[in-house]
Amino acid sequence: MPIYLLRRVLAAIPVMLVVAVFVFLLLRLTPGDPAAILAGDMATPEQLDRIRESLGLNDPLLVQFVRWIGALLQGDFGTSLISNKPVIDLVADRMWPTIWIAIITLSLSVAIAVPMGVLAAWKQGSWVDHLVMTFSVLGFSIPVFVIGYLLIKLFAIDLKWLPVQGYKAPSDDFAGFAARAVLPALTLASIYIALIARMTRASLLDVLNEDYVRTARAKGLTERRVLFRHALRNAAVPVMTVIGTGFALLISGVVVTESVYNIPGLGRLTVDSIFARDYPVIQALILLTSGVYVMVNLLIDLSYSLLDPRIRY
Amino acid sequence: MAEKTMRGAFPLSTRQLAARVGAAPIIAAVVLSLIILAAIFAPFIAPHDPILQDPVMRLKPPSGDFPLGTDNFGRDLLSRVIYGARVSLVIGIGVTIMAVVLGLAIGLVSGFFRTADAIIMRIMDGLMAMPSVLLAIAIVSLMGASIWTVMAAITIPEIPRVVRLVRSIVLTAREEPYVEAAIALGTSMPRVLWRHLMPNTFAPLTVQATYVCASAILTEAILSFLGAGVSTETPTWGNIMAEARIYFRLKPMLILWPGLALSLCILSINLLGDAARDILDPRMGKRED
Amino acid sequence: MALLSALPAAAETTITAVMHSGLRVMDPVITTAHITRDNAFMIWDTLVAVDSDFVVQPQMANFDVSEDGLTYTFTLRDGLKWHDGGEVTPADCIASIKRWMVRDGGGQMINDRMESLEATGDKTFVLKLKEAFPYTLQAMAKPSGLALFMMPERIANTPADTAITEYIGSGPFKLVEDEFQPGVKVVYEKFDDYVPAPGPQSWFSGAKDVKVDRVEWVTMPDAQTTINALMNGEVDYVEGVPVDLLPLLEGLDNVKVDVLKKLGAVTIGRMNFLHPPFDNKKIRQAALKAISQEDVLTAMIGNPDYFQVCGAIFGCGTPFEFSDGSESLTTGGDIEGAKKLLEEAGYDGTPIVLMQPTDVATLTAQPIVAAQALRNAGFNVDLQPMDWQTLVTRRASQAKPSEGGWNLFFTGWIVPEVSNPLASIMLNGRGDKAWFGWPTDPEIEAMLNDFASTPDLEGQKAIAQKIQAHVMDNVNYIHLGQYFAPSGWSTSLKGVVNAPFPVFWGVEKE
Repeated sequence: MPIYLLRRVLAAIPVMLVVAVFVFLLLRLTPGDPAAILAGDMATPEQLDRIRESLGLNDPLLVQFVRWIGALLQGDFGTSLISNKPVIDLVADRMWPTIWIAIITLSLSVAIAVPMGVLAAWKQGSWVDHLVMTFSVLGFSIPVFVIGYLLIKLFAIDLKWLPVQGYKAPSDDFAGFAARAVLPALTLASIYIALIARMTRASLLDVLNEDYVRTARAKGLTERRVLFRHALRNAAVPVMTVIGTGFALLISGVVVTESVYNIPGLGRLTVDSIFARDYPVIQALILLTSGVYVMVNLLIDLSYSLLDPRIRY
Repeated sequence: MAEKTMRGAFPLSTRQLAARVGAAPIIAAVVLSLIILAAIFAPFIAPHDPILQDPVMRLKPPSGDFPLGTDNFGRDLLSRVIYGARVSLVIGIGVTIMAVVLGLAIGLVSGFFRTADAIIMRIMDGLMAMPSVLLAIAIVSLMGASIWTVMAAITIPEIPRVVRLVRSIVLTAREEPYVEAAIALGTSMPRVLWRHLMPNTFAPLTVQATYVCASAILTEAILSFLGAGVSTETPTWGNIMAEARIYFRLKPMLILWPGLALSLCILSINLLGDAARDILDPRMGKRED
Repeated sequence: MALLSALPAAAETTITAVMHSGLRVMDPVITTAHITRDNAFMIWDTLVAVDSDFVVQPQMANFDVSEDGLTYTFTLRDGLKWHDGGEVTPADCIASIKRWMVRDGGGQMINDRMESLEATGDKTFVLKLKEAFPYTLQAMAKPSGLALFMMPERIANTPADTAITEYIGSGPFKLVEDEFQPGVKVVYEKFDDYVPAPGPQSWFSGAKDVKVDRVEWVTMPDAQTTINALMNGEVDYVEGVPVDLLPLLEGLDNVKVDVLKKLGAVTIGRMNFLHPPFDNKKIRQAALKAISQEDVLTAMIGNPDYFQVCGAIFGCGTPFEFSDGSESLTTGGDIEGAKKLLEEAGYDGTPIVLMQPTDVATLTAQPIVAAQALRNAGFNVDLQPMDWQTLVTRRASQAKPSEGGWNLFFTGWIVPEVSNPLASIMLNGRGDKAWFGWPTDPEIEAMLNDFASTPDLEGQKAIAQKIQAHVMDNVNYIHLGQYFAPSGWSTSLKGVVNAPFPVFWGVEKE
């Protein structure tokens, strides 16, 4: 196990290097000039060039790349070209809203989707099954922002149960935090619920046809016992896989959700930085999200051995 | 991620087939055909030029002349939704073709040649690790927003998924006796790849392709929403919605009509994908995203 | 669900305001971005300021101009302090003026004529000129473009091309640095030691009385969300309410809507003079003739109560309002005239690269309307969508339009930025040194020089009228009219101030 772990962690290094090179080249080989954004509407071409020089953007690409990687290895993510703040501070500032929303979305999704999937598998072919399946296909057939607008209209404007937008830190005002987190989490969860419900149903159906489950049934165990003791446990593995691969989807959804609900999270920071050509911030953020993605999938792989005793590393 | 594969289609009678997939795919096929027909014959169906502006007629409610009303430039919403089908479908289908063709080629090479495999898969892992929408925004924003860059931006993050699928199939298939025999007999590599390995990928790729297509159409809408999409001079369902989003409370239909078209289209494609999967491999039962 | 709108425990008053954009750049000498200027007026104070009649008033300092117009004596008011407790000295002001003169157009004009700028006492300093320059005080008092703010000497000694990193001012509000999140949120506290100037508040002059404890600026990327938040009482003030959404706010008793920027803003189209086809005056004239202000403004704003078809390049409602040469623009365009001009000029169908920003709500409509108008006149238009930042980058490129350059883009200004010929950067005709588009136009340069040395208003008006006619004829840019963006605020705010951009002094919150 430790050797496997080490191997997996080492395998992440080339992946991150690919990400680093790709992002760097994408940013530098395409048109775009942070100096122009920095200087505003009335700048003259001369003034732009002076600002470019002072930002080090006139140096050769290789020099800039080595400078960046060198600093990274020392834990220095650089400074935002636009706001002059250390990137690490910007990220630390904006990370918690995103993390909280992601956690709530995940919990909400699993809590809603797994029972839905179980129900559908259990009542396979019935109207319940059809309903669940239709709902789940619908879940990833509607753009996230439309779902967001509909939820706002219903719960915040017509019913006035919840605030329209914003974010409060849970440590400052827990009730305020919870009230503001519900709608964004529900919006994001719509895709996730769809995915997980389908996966739960499919893998349960698989497992229910396995020999050992048939044996358990033949032994006279009740349906419920079969379902919970044997089937569900084994169905957990593919469900975890979906959570891992769906993580990328979650990040994409976060970008939109944060805009719709005005949450000051990492998604908006990334989009804003892309539009502002704030190179150090974009580089750090894409590297970071990629790193988290790799890590989450590593953890999920490891969790397989806990969930399914047949899998050993 | 264990992609289960299938070899050879199940010989099913029409009745068995209908029993297995139900009525939904048939309805989906009809809806999708209608959308495709509307897209092809847009110039004949649409009552107006979708980009012709008339400031006096802006934001008008539905009327005989403008069955769905007009947008904030006084353009006919119905015509825009009909023309929008064109671009959205072109993006969906274009991305699918590019992702499948490139993914298939890279996946075949990667699955077959051990040396290339290590490098290709590291690059694919890297691409896959980057959040796709962010990558797409970056590409569109940096390269300039045309329909081609939008397609490229959506395609690039889709490729690794296809590569992984193809590669896993090839890895299994190349251990098969008939493939080993072909190699032993000195059949040329391209021929082995082309004749023996590629056919194995068709069924799972068909299923995967439907999901790629649906997700491409959705991603285009999200890019438009975030301000990194195609110009509204070329209507797409996504940019019609994105442009109208500030009118959601006053004129919700400006968003709901294109939204309905988009959702129906994606729903149909997804249902067809599910049906294809059920027919081609009832054991596959899994969606890899 | 009353518990959700729980008030903060302390009886502090905080105004939560949604501004037009997120604040990221703090240095008001580096950038002319409006949000940076808005922030600067909170933290920093100005030496002199204009009132709503464009008259220069004392702000931090009283001023005295000698008979010959060569000597300006400034005397600082008593009790002026920096946010870190230090006193404001003439040395601070001199350093601030010098840093500003490197970057600002008006500042450079003063610098070109400057003999000396020296402290003459604890509270006084003197600016001596070699030749009279009647525009001096106007330049120092202008609120937009690069306004002149006073900073402590150590900060003002930063080179003018390097951004400052310390945000200490002497303005009515202090920045709460711990709570500043670039692009998301800026928090200000009342500066208790601020000494308001005597006299009634008018625009940026007079008493800046702060009547709340805190002001928080938040950025909201989604206009729909912003309006919802205002209606639900989650924010107190929204700088820009899209005119199309006003019906949502009508009849609400908790929200008030009005135009605070009475002078409004102008929108303009700028051509690239370096490349065909717009290097040809006739073709520029054809483009101008093709476009109708009313069509553009209707698509942008909708409700005609909130825009004004206006041919005056210096803005309607300003001292230099003339409308020479603007007939076609203000009367629906002249497509036939445009076609004729194109034919005479022998336009060969060279495509016009028209840059269209996709993410700035106030700039999305102009390119779409203009593209149709230009096509109607026979132009071949290549409308290229891009985000605003890409546009800003690309318009700095002098390359051929087919190789990453451009032919035409649209932007907007608030009226005070264009109301004076010397302040309006679009009039600069010095080729490569001019603003994007780079016209080489010695005629307008001569007129601007005349204007700069003309002391009396009547004389200035005569020159301004000539400039108006010249700009319309030569098409230095296309003036597309004036619009008035309404703001919205909660009725719990009292005394919301009319000014060309939002100010938070004088406002009370119940």
